[in-house]
Amino acid sequence: MEIEIDGKVAQVPDGSTIMDAAQQVGVYIPHFCYHKKLSIAANCRMCLVQVEKAPKPLPACATPVTNGMKVFTHSELAIKAQKGVMEFLLINHPLDCPICDQGGECQLQDLAVGYGGSTSRYQEEKRVVFHKDVGPLVSMQEMARCIHCTRCVRFGQEIAGVMELGMASRNMHSEITTFVGRSVDSELSGNMIDLCPVGALTSRPFRYSARSWELARRRSISPHDSVGANLVLQVKNNVVMRVLPRDNEEVNECWISDKERFSYEALNSPLRLAKPMVRVDGQLREVAWNVALDYLSHALQDILARNGGESLAALASSQATLEELHLLQKLARGLGSGNVDCRPRRRDFSADGKLAGIPWLGLRLSEIKDLNAALVVGSFLRKDHPLFAQRLRQLAKKWGKVSLISVGGDDPLLRLHAQRAVSPAELPLALAAVVKAAAVLRGEPIPAGLKDVEPCAASQAIASSLLEGERRAIFLGNVAEQSPQAALLHVLASELARLTGASCGFIGDGANSVGGHLAKALPTALNAYEMFSQPRKAYFLLGVEPELDCHNPQQARAALQAADLTVMLTPFADGSAREYADVLLPIAPFSETSGSFVNCEGRVQSFSGVVRPFGEARPAWKVLRVLGNLLSLAGFDQDSSEQVRDEIVPAGAEFVVGLDNRLAATLPVALPRSGDGLQRVADVPIHFADLLARHAPALQQTRDAAVPAARMNGETLNALGLTDGVLVRVRQGAGEAVLAARVDETTPPSCIRVAAAHASTAALGDMFGAITVERA
Amino acid sequence: MAILGAINPMLTVGLDGDNAWRLADYVKRDGYSALRRILESGIGQGDVINEVKKSVLRGRGGAGFPTGLKWSFMPRAFPGDKYVVCNSDEGEPGTFKDRDILRYNPHAVIEGMAIAGFAMGAARGYNYIHGEIWEIYERFEEALEEARAAGFLGRNILGSGFDFDLFAHHGYGAYICGEETALLESIEGKKGQPRFKPPFPASFGLYGKPTTINNTETFASVPYIINMGGDQYLEAGKPNNGGTKLFSVSGHVNRPGNYEVPLGTPFAKLLEMAGGMRGGRRLKGCIPGGSSAPVVPGPTMMDCTMDYDSISKAGSMLGSGAVIVMDETTCMVKALERLSYFYYEESCGQCTPCREGTSWLYKVVHRIEHGKGRADDLDLLASVTTNIMGRTICALGDAASMPVQSFIKHFRDEFAYHIENRKCLVPVDVQRAGSGFFTATA
Repeated sequence: MEIEIDGKVAQVPDGSTIMDAAQQVGVYIPHFCYHKKLSIAANCRMCLVQVEKAPKPLPACATPVTNGMKVFTHSELAIKAQKGVMEFLLINHPLDCPICDQGGECQLQDLAVGYGGSTSRYQEEKRVVFHKDVGPLVSMQEMARCIHCTRCVRFGQEIAGVMELGMASRNMHSEITTFVGRSVDSELSGNMIDLCPVGALTSRPFRYSARSWELARRRSISPHDSVGANLVLQVKNNVVMRVLPRDNEEVNECWISDKERFSYEALNSPLRLAKPMVRVDGQLREVAWNVALDYLSHALQDILARNGGESLAALASSQATLEELHLLQKLARGLGSGNVDCRPRRRDFSADGKLAGIPWLGLRLSEIKDLNAALVVGSFLRKDHPLFAQRLRQLAKKWGKVSLISVGGDDPLLRLHAQRAVSPAELPLALAAVVKAAAVLRGEPIPAGLKDVEPCAASQAIASSLLEGERRAIFLGNVAEQSPQAALLHVLASELARLTGASCGFIGDGANSVGGHLAKALPTALNAYEMFSQPRKAYFLLGVEPELDCHNPQQARAALQAADLTVMLTPFADGSAREYADVLLPIAPFSETSGSFVNCEGRVQSFSGVVRPFGEARPAWKVLRVLGNLLSLAGFDQDSSEQVRDEIVPAGAEFVVGLDNRLAATLPVALPRSGDGLQRVADVPIHFADLLARHAPALQQTRDAAVPAARMNGETLNALGLTDGVLVRVRQGAGEAVLAARVDETTPPSCIRVAAAHASTAALGDMFGAITVERA
Repeated sequence: MAILGAINPMLTVGLDGDNAWRLADYVKRDGYSALRRILESGIGQGDVINEVKKSVLRGRGGAGFPTGLKWSFMPRAFPGDKYVVCNSDEGEPGTFKDRDILRYNPHAVIEGMAIAGFAMGAARGYNYIHGEIWEIYERFEEALEEARAAGFLGRNILGSGFDFDLFAHHGYGAYICGEETALLESIEGKKGQPRFKPPFPASFGLYGKPTTINNTETFASVPYIINMGGDQYLEAGKPNNGGTKLFSVSGHVNRPGNYEVPLGTPFAKLLEMAGGMRGGRRLKGCIPGGSSAPVVPGPTMMDCTMDYDSISKAGSMLGSGAVIVMDETTCMVKALERLSYFYYEESCGQCTPCREGTSWLYKVVHRIEHGKGRADDLDLLASVTTNIMGRTICALGDAASMPVQSFIKHFRDEFAYHIENRKCLVPVDVQRAGSGFFTATA
């Protein structure tokens, strides 16, 4: 179709709107309600333009292009219409820009300069709209500023999958509000702040702390999950004041999760560790860096000399940068230890050494929208991977068949083709049922070990969806990776992928899960679980809080308390680290160091520090590099993090090579019998999942940061003789926790969902396994 | 009594007696014979639509769009669900004809909808009934039960293989739900707000399926058209204005109520049927087609005939046929204030010009009426109405603007007097005497 806009000719596909065409030819049409990612509302009327032969001005956002259409965006008719709309928008608007938090970055303010009058003809009383308290993240204190564009409403309905805001009432008294008494803090709610073109929805933690023009905008990468959202960190006086998404259609589109948006508060937390500390006579004392490093290197050498290299274990978080992971494993290996890992929440490592390459998502994130079908195995989708789940939601909206086999948990808020919720022990069985159904549908021999499996209707529906259409994918989530049968799930998923032609991959539980493999921060001796089940003499912990981040916190804590030397590299001074750490070294979080993350699709994203490190904190790669020198190890002579990176990935590489999810060796398929008795289902609540989120006050006040309860379905609750709300004592091994019992019908039968990563459950054992419950 | 007077009526024939609305009575009046004839004689869908086209039946809800043409837009061959929807959300101030059609002759609507369903290949219909006439909603439900029991609705109607299910749906009294796409949203269980068009309901209507929406009176006329033939129906009115029409006459007349007359009947005749002006006073102005139609000054109105073309020539609209008669005791500022309040209150709040503009209009007119008008207010009102008109998704913005424009155009002196002297041109005691409200005796 050909269209002429202000004399510029454009060829646009059928179904395009005038707005699409205008963007293509670079003509700006003023608008408020239109947003590229949301449905068309056509209610603000700001984008009215003149169309040849049309008697009335038409909204550019909603008017489809017809062949040969001629559009005038700056004709007398168009300008008069736009100015008329602007006058209407402003009559009830407070016009208090100097004291508005949005001032300086307000679409209404900007456009009012171009289309508004210098005085108002409106002499009547202005509308008053009452403020609303909608929780710790979004402020709705100045709702009189709202211009009713309904972007926030449509965002909830279309992107977040939950309608948190709606427009109640009619006429000039219509107002944006929540359902009575509800807060606005789903894992994506913060995006409404960006979408709001005026100062009606603002960031509650950021409000009135800086003006937009005082802020320097610096590029960064999210350390929070495997998507690797692109961020803008806004800085004033060497302090990160705010975090916003940076558009990258391939990665995060224009969204970020609330965790990514608000965890910056942790960067400025009073709990930051400012100076190195060393335990002297049982007390942690602040010391100078050279003293701490000197002490550390001597203590390490001493222990290693007496007990050998294998007495050292090094564990990093999967949030650590590529450079940090590389130097950490180099350090440990240089000291003669193969006990290196960056997967603290893992339980089953039997696929290690049998992988054909680096496990990854199996496709690019941008390819998700084109899938015909997808199966997610073992994931608390929304809370584990908010942006990944959002992509699946869009896929499901376009009639892609998305299925989920998991262990219960929150509604993923997407239209599922089929769903199964089973106990963690039955997860392999559930996946095996789909494998068998697929084999039957394909007419292939039933894989060994699956003879007795009986596929249910849901399994068959999933299998057939994976056989239809051109592009299908299987995704293994965090639960599948953390499961005691992780390798078996990997084998079954690979078999299903082979049978159906679908891709198979891992969503990944950290910002640098793929990077950990690339940096070889993986064990050649004891893995992340064994290094605590077989206690070592010395531990080197990078960005890990063992009692919150490990698969079995009980065991980790015991090992650390018994160790001769526990070294923790961490940005924070609090936590039980203070009980057992012998050396605490303050390191810089992502905002204060340069580094790289490799996201789940293998994309290398490097970033620079945006502020100077807090106190005496130092980038971890520098600390490790100096330690390497002090310990006289070879290969620690890099001058920049770029030099470190270049040792791992070729300079300038956008994607890493060697991504491959296949298993190089066959693993036996032996389906476990479903366990007797009660089983624990452990989720990692979104705002407890990493160090930064845990230290962000606003996030800690959201619904998602509620104290964990012992969640079970009504049947299990009755069988145990409990009632909703009573306190129960849950026990694993020697550890116990007292929690409130809660009815949660999403929890599979005979399972108790007890969240990990929280201080109240840190005394418990494995994330998945037997658990006992009794009335407290 | 359904109707206070009629000339050559069709819709309101034989509606005397308490049971006139019942199926048995309707059948006695030749009811369902049109549907039966169509289904039993093998008349095709296209023939039915042609007959309606020939009749030049124009939409009775207000816009006056030719019904046959609208029906021909429906993709009859579209596989899957299609809907016919009846708009009985009669909320326009001054209009009360659909209420009486549903109250006294509901089966005509049911039969008309079934015929429409047949003609357009739709197997399902909804009648959306205004929320403030609950007893009529209940009666319609009862009429539906009768029709279902008699086999005029449901599976395999009259053994023809044609299926048509019809359901009643009541609103909650929002005027905007009478706008056809807002009505569809409301049936779908959403907030009643008009949709942007295109796509039009004929391609993307109820639940995203092809849908045709007509007014109650339009559907009710269909059986009569089929029975008498399109040509004869057209002749019953005047060229390009087929058939008879119900007029709801209200205001300063002696016998306010519904009257069925052929289109083209002189206004003077209609006024005479309604008992003439109350107290023999002079006609000051008349809103001929419901509150959103521009007001027409008395002398001009007396020369009009009641049909789409004549009223349009007089600068107004026949609209829904709600004739609001105002005599010389009326304060036009006060009348406009009341109308503006209605549109301000009923704006759905979706589009900026209407949401903000209708309240602005009302506030200014209110100020003038209360003696706080300013010299430039009339220019301001004119400017605000032009900024609203044609800039919104639906026609409510236009509907709010047209009374303001026409009242000021025709009665500018009265508004100017009000602003200058801070009081009504028509003395308050005269207004009170004219209204009858203050002088009525118990």
